[in-house]
Amino acid sequence: MQFLRNLIEKQRQLYHAKDSKFHKAWPLFDAFETFLFAPEHRAGKQGVHVRDYVDLKRVMNTVIIAMLPCLLWAIWNTGAQHFHAVESLLGAGKLAPEGYTLGWLQALLGGPTLGAVTAFDTIVFGLQRMLPILIVSYGVGLGIEMVFSVIRSEEVSEGYLVSGMLIALIVPASIPLWQLAVGVAFAVILGKEVFGGTGMNIFNPAMMVRAFLFFSFAAQMSGDQVWVAGNNSQHLIDGYSSPTALAIVKPSVITDASATLAEHFSRADLFFGNIPGSAGEMSKLAVLLGAFWLIFTGVGSWRVMLAGVLGMLGIAFVMHGLMPASFGGPVTLSPVDHLLVGGFLFGLVFMATDPVSSPETNTGKWIYGVLIGVVTFLVRAVNPAYPEGTMLSILLLNAFAPTIDHFVVAANIKRRLARS
Amino acid sequence: MTATSTPAVAKPGLFGKEEISAVKDPLWDNNPIALQVLGICSALAVTTRLDKAIVMGIGVTFVTAMANVVISLLRNFIPNKIRIIVQLVVVSGVVIVFDQLLRAYMFDLSKQLSVFVGLIITNCIVMGRLEAYAMQNPPWRSFLDGIGNGLGYAWILAVVATVREILGSGKLFGVQLVPQALYDAGYTNNGLMVLAPGAFLLLGVIVWVQRAISGYVEK
Repeated sequence: MQFLRNLIEKQRQLYHAKDSKFHKAWPLFDAFETFLFAPEHRAGKQGVHVRDYVDLKRVMNTVIIAMLPCLLWAIWNTGAQHFHAVESLLGAGKLAPEGYTLGWLQALLGGPTLGAVTAFDTIVFGLQRMLPILIVSYGVGLGIEMVFSVIRSEEVSEGYLVSGMLIALIVPASIPLWQLAVGVAFAVILGKEVFGGTGMNIFNPAMMVRAFLFFSFAAQMSGDQVWVAGNNSQHLIDGYSSPTALAIVKPSVITDASATLAEHFSRADLFFGNIPGSAGEMSKLAVLLGAFWLIFTGVGSWRVMLAGVLGMLGIAFVMHGLMPASFGGPVTLSPVDHLLVGGFLFGLVFMATDPVSSPETNTGKWIYGVLIGVVTFLVRAVNPAYPEGTMLSILLLNAFAPTIDHFVVAANIKRRLARS
Repeated sequence: MTATSTPAVAKPGLFGKEEISAVKDPLWDNNPIALQVLGICSALAVTTRLDKAIVMGIGVTFVTAMANVVISLLRNFIPNKIRIIVQLVVVSGVVIVFDQLLRAYMFDLSKQLSVFVGLIITNCIVMGRLEAYAMQNPPWRSFLDGIGNGLGYAWILAVVATVREILGSGKLFGVQLVPQALYDAGYTNNGLMVLAPGAFLLLGVIVWVQRAISGYVEK
């Protein structure tokens, strides 16, 4: 440690002073230093100051810890779904064992014995897809952030540490890396930096990436093919399709969606995340672990989470009761199943609670959370085009967050004026 | 074009300082789209292909210039209370002329542009220039102002359409530009660019770049 400290102190003079050699790169130096050591400058002993080591960096690290179960499950499930698909193709005689091609990491560490796939093989395949996604997401995003902070002579902010991992978890594991890079560049520049960087953005940057990819490259972001990663040139498995739970219940001819869903996935599968879908949002157990950690540390707002769940359950219950079964589609799905399918819980816990793009007031958080649940349900059940509504509802409510705050504050002022 | 000779008598020099700036300002410093943020609707609607955008740019330039000349000639006779109606009648007339020309000589494009040619009537740039310029200035200068504003609108449309057509469908002027080899290697067209929000984002980027270079700050 002392060695590292000495090294940094020695380098400092190269960057710090205005006329020093690499002064332009001072924000980068500062970022790396504060990443390694807690900054020394604390508030003075006199007067009213917050004296706390919980700075932005620690908050971001807390969120990353909360996402670890999801990330681990993403790695495992990417491999598990892959081998599930391969075995089913083998069983149907559509794939010969020698027709199985290896990916880069499998070639490096040894491929699987088909028919007797081990946990190691599963993890190797999961890493083979998730590692490049994480590297591209962090590399492109942090690279752009650093360029902007050098141009603006500002500190490099830590906000992207969370966004980078979120992005990797909300895209299909088969996403082409160049598309991911384009999406990340778009969201970081036009979703975040033009507004002034971390803390100034209107929309959740990770959701911006997904929205951009969803509307730009629909073929790689939706449909029945993309949710299980493979080893062909598009990172897919030839001749294998596996619709997500929400796609299964989407057709309006279905009059009992819960029964249809149960034919494909058991509730345990849905809860533990043993289903195809975006990389990291499938396991509700992992999401709940993250949620408990966020609530326990006080980093994530329990109000938003609870309000979202109540909003979703409420509208699903009402619509389930009111609409005739002939209306069909996700309306006929039982309210509890609505929580278990899709990325709603993940989005609610990790993205709706983003302190920057959600309302500040406590009342506002309740309104915001309930509306996210309601809009998600409406997109799922009433909109004919999109199976899932979490992304659209969170982005929509992000846009309304300042308005919600405004009216909550105005109502508060009015109430207090009336009191006097 | 008959109007060109009239102001030459009234004003010394065909290309004085004011005349030059009437053409030059709207191209960059006072661009109708990037600075005044006018004419956005049609900029979103017709920029999926470059040929459509160029014809639209020509159309708006033609209409703005002609309507400017006519209104400028009439400016001393128009009662203030009904000036908007008079302006609308003149603009409609010019737009119909352009629409008929397009149908006569470029029927396919005319069909593709469909209602958007007719909707030039509602383009804020046209009415804006009539109100802000032609009502106060002589015909020749108004004509140049119309040309300048039309071209200022047209070049931004052309830039947006170029990017949209290349990224959105891999073509330019309807000719395949992105080679098949690239598609085989995994490249795909960007669906967002075909949708109106893609044009909106591009316009935002153009406004950003334009203001960064010109140093304009919103007051």
